[in-house]
Amino acid sequence: MGAACAPERLGSARERRRAGIRRGIPFGIAVFAISISFGVLARPLMGPVAPIVMSIVVFSGSAQFGALAVLTAGGSAAAAIVAGLLLNARYLAMGLALAPSLRGRAASRAAFAMTTVDASWAAASIGGGAFDPWHMVGMSIPQYAGWVLGTVVGVFIGPALGDPQSLGLDALFPAFFIALLFAEARGRRRLAAAGGGAGIALALTPFVPAGLPILAAAAAAVAASRMRS
Amino acid sequence: MTAVWVTVAVLALGTAVLRLAGPLALGGRSLSASALNVVELLASALLAALVVVETFGKGRALTLDARVLGAAFAAAALMRRAPMIVVVLGAAAVTAIARLLT
Repeated sequence: MGAACAPERLGSARERRRAGIRRGIPFGIAVFAISISFGVLARPLMGPVAPIVMSIVVFSGSAQFGALAVLTAGGSAAAAIVAGLLLNARYLAMGLALAPSLRGRAASRAAFAMTTVDASWAAASIGGGAFDPWHMVGMSIPQYAGWVLGTVVGVFIGPALGDPQSLGLDALFPAFFIALLFAEARGRRRLAAAGGGAGIALALTPFVPAGLPILAAAAAAVAASRMRS
Repeated sequence: MTAVWVTVAVLALGTAVLRLAGPLALGGRSLSASALNVVELLASALLAALVVVETFGKGRALTLDARVLGAAFAAAALMRRAPMIVVVLGAAAVTAIARLLT
């Protein structure tokens, strides 16, 4: 299996990248729609420029929405940053899995690694622990374009939409996190981590500054990691 | 505003470090099994915390308002495998209608 699926046998880099782009287009459209809501929600707090810059340089929905949620609730920059980084900690594990499939110079390996996002990484897996980096790059291209363009659109249409509360826009936050959680929390240990995280956050909200209940939820991940899988 | 730009800059750097650490710095080595186990569970724990705080939180108080209906719609739509865009926009619409009616 592993040898038959080696990246070299899957066609030229260009063909593999193109296949990735084609596969990434529906994801790019979905990401475009989500990032419009990011732009709309971010604009009142961050102004017009910072949300666009953030989408260009961070390119991660969960971290951007997470940090924005903390800041909007009145949390500090430090709490927003730590929340965003804990949400992105999975990239560390994904990068470790990806590393053996990346060859060449450090700069080229770095360029591939920077295109890591959940859907592309998962789709680039070709079995036996190997990844097709060109497929991952291809798939990330439409998603990056959709993410940045959607943010631009959201930032500019936001003020024209009117009162965010009367449009129910504040419900975009929980809806977005529920959708991510639904995809993420599969299996006993992840469900336990989710349940524990929710409980910790609810219990602490009345007593500590905004943002900290989210960070404290990380303790549930530590506790759940001791469970048998 | 400074807090916003600090958040953007540090989050961008930190996210790049997380994406690059495996392929560049840790070449060949891996984290301990117990550390990897925690890393794998962090997103679930934090996302669930964000769900409850964004659904029930209002400053330091916990409240029940129209967002609960929006969140319930989102969960129900996901159970029925609705696309992300339906889930998210539907949640906003349900919340907006509930506010209009109350």
